[in-house]
Amino acid sequence: MNVVDERKEKFNRYKELRENPEEVLAPAIKPVSEYTIQDRIEDIADAGTFKEFHFDFPETNPLEFEGYVEKKEELRAESGQHDGIIAGKCKIGGYPVVLAIMNKKFMMASMGIELGETVCRSAEYAMEHKLPLIIFTASGGARMQEGILSLMQMAKTSAVIEKFKSQGGLYITVLTHPTTGGVSASFATLGDITLAEPGALIGFAGPRVIEQTIGQTLPEGFQRAEFLEEHGFVDEVVKRDDMKVTLTKILMLHS
Amino acid sequence: MKAIDRVLAAREKDRPKITDYIDNVFTDFFQQKGDMLGKEDASIYGGIALFQGRPVTVIGHRKGNDVNENITCNFGMPGPEGYRKALRLMKQAEKFGRPIITFVDTPGAYPGLEAEAYGISQAISGNLAAMSSLKVPVITIVTGEGSSGGALGLAVANRVYMLENAVYSVLSPEGFASILWSDSSRRDEAAEAMKLTAQDLFDFGVIDGIIPERGLYIRVSNVIASALKELDEMSGEELAQERFEKFRSFDEGFLQTGTSARMENV
Repeated sequence: MNVVDERKEKFNRYKELRENPEEVLAPAIKPVSEYTIQDRIEDIADAGTFKEFHFDFPETNPLEFEGYVEKKEELRAESGQHDGIIAGKCKIGGYPVVLAIMNKKFMMASMGIELGETVCRSAEYAMEHKLPLIIFTASGGARMQEGILSLMQMAKTSAVIEKFKSQGGLYITVLTHPTTGGVSASFATLGDITLAEPGALIGFAGPRVIEQTIGQTLPEGFQRAEFLEEHGFVDEVVKRDDMKVTLTKILMLHS
Repeated sequence: MKAIDRVLAAREKDRPKITDYIDNVFTDFFQQKGDMLGKEDASIYGGIALFQGRPVTVIGHRKGNDVNENITCNFGMPGPEGYRKALRLMKQAEKFGRPIITFVDTPGAYPGLEAEAYGISQAISGNLAAMSSLKVPVITIVTGEGSSGGALGLAVANRVYMLENAVYSVLSPEGFASILWSDSSRRDEAAEAMKLTAQDLFDFGVIDGIIPERGLYIRVSNVIASALKELDEMSGEELAQERFEKFRSFDEGFLQTGTSARMENV
């Protein structure tokens, strides 16, 4: 297939998706607390296309923090995941992409060495294979148990994302509930395109810390996705049902 | 000396400030204010000065010397406009080929309503990304409290040094104890567990050297001079590449058995 035909075919697929989303998508409306990474993959990736990266990370406990390794082992047994993020390759509306999704059920998807490294290697894979990178962010911030090495992940991920973008890579972030702290102040807010889910809490400092600092109650809707949109930090707030169509459209516009 | 004693020393009211370094290490300082987007933030102080006769850009957190100054400077806790001003000064330094010297001393970025509304996250991430690719030498000295993303937002440098009584950490020991143990009174224990002293960070490979505080200004001058001598040998591209590699691989010792990523099922 030549380039023009390929483009045409992808565009037709996008049109089909736009016109009949319910045929392509059957998103179960689930409350945030029950919506799993598997649900997300089913809703976003074309059926059967998601192939997860396996990085084989060693155990990390740089501060030798008591109980940290045990806690991770417990969560791994529960979730079947190695840390607070999974990443892989898939197709969305026919477009191949690198997709990473953060899992707040694993220590609030806080960023330690392993999570930061997964973001970097995903971006490097996307760079090498000239694919767009899409990250669904959710995080409580830095992984306290990894101390300064956790803080430094902010610089590491930002540097790699910057390199990916400077080489022409398309980087899309989807900010989901909650995206805060060190993740909010690094790779989550560096997207070429920034989407957010309705009502998602997005901010650097947590609302309680701010209330303690300023000594007053925060206004309703403060630090929510719509608040960020109003202040010019989000391209578009997108409902979960519309997410695949929107992502496909953005990919189409960059193909 | 216990870790908490270093924390308290780093917070000491009379500890040398950015203004003292500017007076004692540089000459002919010209202050630059404003982010040129509508705001000025006194908690980040910066401008152009001569270092041993050559123009450099100097930027640092400013806590202020008395109560009035403390208030004006928001106790060294910048908002987004502070980081945007710093970025403006750094991009200008890059344009004119000036090395950038930053001094870090902050309890963290300001956790306030306006700071959030005007994008403190975006301002910090923007600095981290932009600093990683600057094509001039960047040298950072953590002089007091290097706390959280608010410190890192000025610290993506080719060379990072700490004074012997400075601390550098993911957040304050009080905050750490409060998050992990729901008990901020356990800060002394937290300070120990966090490994936040200059020696700890040097052992982790996160910083390049520790500066003793006796004869402070002469030592600081010497450290900057010798770092510049090394960095002057590199082209702009090499400087950016070296800095990138430094931050890309500082933790590779912890990832050793995982460095050959398996992606066979892709």
